This record gives sequence, structure tokens and C-alpha cells, in this order.
Amino acid sequence: MGQLINIRNLSFGYSNGRKLFNGLDFSLEKGERVGLVGPNGAGKTTLFYLIMGLLRPESGEIRVFGRPRENERDFSEVRQRVGLLFQDSEDQLFCPTVEEDIAFGPLNLGLSHSEARAVVRETCKRLGLNGLEKRVIHRLSGGEKRLVALATVVAMNPECYLLDEPTAGLDSRTTERFLRYLREYADTYIIITHNHEVLKNAADRIYELREGRIEPFSL
Amino acid sequence: MHLEEFAEGESFFHRLDPRVKLLTLGPYTAVIAVAHDPVVPLAALVLSSVMAVVAGLDRKKLLNRLAAVNIFVLMLWLFIPFGYPGEELFFAAGPLTVTKEGIVYVLTITMKTNAIVVATIAMLGTSEIFSLAHAFVHLKAPGKLVHLFFFFYRYISVLHEEYSRLRRAMKMRSFRPRTNMHTYKSYAWLVGMLLVSSYERSRRIYNAMLCRGFSGRFPVIDHFSLRKHDIIFGVLMSTVTITFVIILTLS
Ligand SMILES: Nc1ncnc2c1ncn2[C@@H]1O[C@H](COP(=O)(O)OP(=O)(O)OP(=O)(O)O)[C@@H](O)[C@H]1O
Ligand SMILES: [Mg+2]
Repeated sequence: MGQLINIRNLSFGYSNGRKLFNGLDFSLEKGERVGLVGPNGAGKTTLFYLIMGLLRPESGEIRVFGRPRENERDFSEVRQRVGLLFQDSEDQLFCPTVEEDIAFGPLNLGLSHSEARAVVRETCKRLGLNGLEKRVIHRLSGGEKRLVALATVVAMNPECYLLDEPTAGLDSRTTERFLRYLREYADTYIIITHNHEVLKNAADRIYELREGRIEPFSL
Repeated sequence: MHLEEFAEGESFFHRLDPRVKLLTLGPYTAVIAVAHDPVVPLAALVLSSVMAVVAGLDRKKLLNRLAAVNIFVLMLWLFIPFGYPGEELFFAAGPLTVTKEGIVYVLTITMKTNAIVVATIAMLGTSEIFSLAHAFVHLKAPGKLVHLFFFFYRYISVLHEEYSRLRRAMKMRSFRPRTNMHTYKSYAWLVGMLLVSSYERSRRIYNAMLCRGFSGRFPVIDHFSLRKHDIIFGVLMSTVTITFVIILTLS
């Protein structure tokens, strides 16, 4: 069973609106690098939230790491092993300084202070964030926040990444650095993006989410 | 963020260990607050002003804050000097008599208030709110209280950021407040949006915390370490406070 994520017959709609998914099927194997495209409002972000257990489906099954995930307890394990990069970095960062925000996850995972500090240092090095550690978060630029948000996810060393438009608002050099990071250190992920260049570089397979269904997509 | 307008800087007070600040400020302000003669408040006012200078506080911003506080003090000046029992002073306006004791009393209150506020700004204002929260954790304050403090601050600043964002968005589209229905309506939208978007944002932040394994306990990464100037300052402040206590008990 190399299947990391397996979604069967999933239905979901926000309480106030139409049904977003009606019998959606999707699966992700270990080692797969998948691109996800789809029009605005198709429900890409919502799908990520469902996988992480931040929203609960009306019906259907979500299996992650080979086990059905239903309650908070199941999902808290998922959250330790799957890293979600939020579409809006403002939502992801809540600590005063870069260093503390990056260390928040590792400390929750039970690492000691010196270990957490080492993780922070290593992560910053990999992502080219050196010198930003002590900066106060709400005074960073948009692109810097994006990288720090990625760092907070990377620091948890997840087995699988869910990346929600990670390169939106990044300049071409930073995008390049980001893609290089993915190539070197991440082997399983789903990346939502509208950028064809990024898709070509970072995804082996591409799916499109449209009208509540996921179908293969070619550029 | 307007709440931390004094927090950036490189002065002696900015570098001081927040734990030392919390520990020394409490007794210092307490002694000032219970003083009943003008000597200690006067000395404290001078000392607090020195602190403000050392902390390099922006004079305009500091005066702004003091003005807000002294509005209340001003009200005391309007009432207490009249009819306070004691020796009558040079003028008597009809049934109202100003007494020397009354003046001294209000003057004492004024000095106390300003000494305490200035010292608090110079000492606590020069630390980031979060390092103060950390200091509370290190001083073994109850975890729940510290969380409350932390989130209270977190949400205030979120609210304020949302507000500035919405205000900017309105300005960008040439909104100018006037006395008409359009203006009132727009302000009503602003407040409504503020509530909704702040609520939504706080939920998303909570989600982000969940995604990183939050389970109700806030880990602290920065450990403070006492350095020489922290100890010197602690000893100095304690000496001053004890001196004040001695003066108070002798008089
Ligand atoms: N909290 C919410 N309550 C109600 N409806 C919502 C909520 N969040 C999103 N929606 C609606 O659900 C639909 C899917 O939203 P979602 O954010 O998943 O889209 P998306 O595919 O990520 O779009 P984009 O490419 O713009 O990021 C949209 O029509 C949106 O209006
Ligand atoms: Mg989205």
C-alpha cells in the first residue's frame, strides 16, 4: 500500500452554499508529485482543508497513511506528517519573530530547545533565509513571509506537502530557489498553482478540479 | 502597530531582561502608590523622568500618552483643592475656599500618577509584548493567564490591522467622510466587515496552529539570560524602592 492519500466518494458543501464536491475520488501515491489546477472557486483550497481535517466531509471516506481519518485524534496525526502551506501566509504566521514561528512546530512535536534551534538554523539555510531569524514577522515583505511560511512547514519535516499556490507573489529568482528546494528535499506533494512554468518544473502529473470532479489535465 | 510604538530601539532599557523589569517595576510603583506625603512622589517623578530620557522615548508620543492620563488628573484639580480641610490659602471665592493641604494633596496625586505612568512606559513599553509574555512564563505565572494575555494582544493587533486595511481600501477609492447617509452606511460596512473578517482570520490562525501540532501549550524558544547590567539595574531599583519605604515609615 504505497497510497498516502486516498479519497473516496467525497461530498462536501459549505453550510450556506451549493455542493462543492459530490462523489469526488482522488489518490496520491508515495513519491508522486502532483499539480492541481482549476478555476477560482473550484474548491482546491477546500480540498486541502478536508485532507487536513480542518473541515469535515458530509459523506465519503478520507484515508491518509492507509487509515481512515474521521475524528480530531486521527487528524492530529495527519497534521504531524503532512505539511500544509496556506494560500495566505498571513494566516500561517502567528508568532512574534521568524525564529519562534519556525520553532513552534518542532517544539510541539516534542523537540528540545537546542534541537529546535538546530532545525531552525538548518531550515533557514536550505531556504536561503539566513539573517532573517530574528526579524519581527509583521514587518516582513509579502514574499519574505511566503518563504518563512514555507520554512515553518518544512521545519516539521513532513512526509507529504500540500502547497497552496506557493509561488504566488514570488519573484523569478525566489521561485527558482523554491523549485530547487522541492526538487532536492520533497518527494511527495500536491501543488496548487496557476503558473504553467512551475507546473512544468515541479509536477509529474497534473489534475484539474472542475465542477466537483478531478480529472487528468495536460498543459 | 500603535501598541508597541516604544518597543523599537537600542537603549539600555530595550536591552534589559524583561524579567528584571517586571520584578522591579511592581514594588517600585506600589511604594509610589501608597506614599502619603509629597517627598517620595517627587523623588519618583524625577527618577522616572530620568528613566524616560535613558530609554530614549520619543518626547511627542510620550507627552501624548501623558496628556490622556492627565485629563483625569485635571478633573481632580477642579474639585479637591476646594473645601479640603486645612489652612485657608490666599484667596476665597465665595463659599469655595482653597486650602494648602488640598493643593498639596492633588499635587501629590499628580506626581504619583505621572511617575508611575512614565516609569511603566520606560520599562515595559520598551519590551515587545511577546517578550513580556515570555517573561511571565519564566516567572511561573499561570499558563492560562499568559495565554489570555498573548491572545488578547494577538487579536487586538489583528483587529487593528484589518481596520487599517479596510480604511486604506476605502481611501483608495476616494472615500471622504461627510455628514450624509453614504458616509454612515460605509462606516457601518466597515465595522461589520471588521467583525466578520477578524473572526474568520482568527479561525484560520487557529487552524494554522492546529496544523503545526498545537495542543494548548505555548512553547518558548528564547531563554533569557541575566547579564551584568540586568543585575546592576535590579540592585539599583531595589535600593531605591527600599529607600522609599524607609522614608515612608520614618515620616
Ligand atoms: N468559509 C467559507 N464559507 C462559505 N463558502 C466558502 C468558504 N470558503 C470558501 N467558500 C466557497 O467555496 C468555494 C471554493 O473555495 P476555495 O477557496 O476552495 O476555492 P479555490 O479553488 O481554492 O479558489 P482560488 O483559486 O481562488 O484559491 C468558493 O466558491 C468559495 O466562495
Ligand atoms: Mg484557493
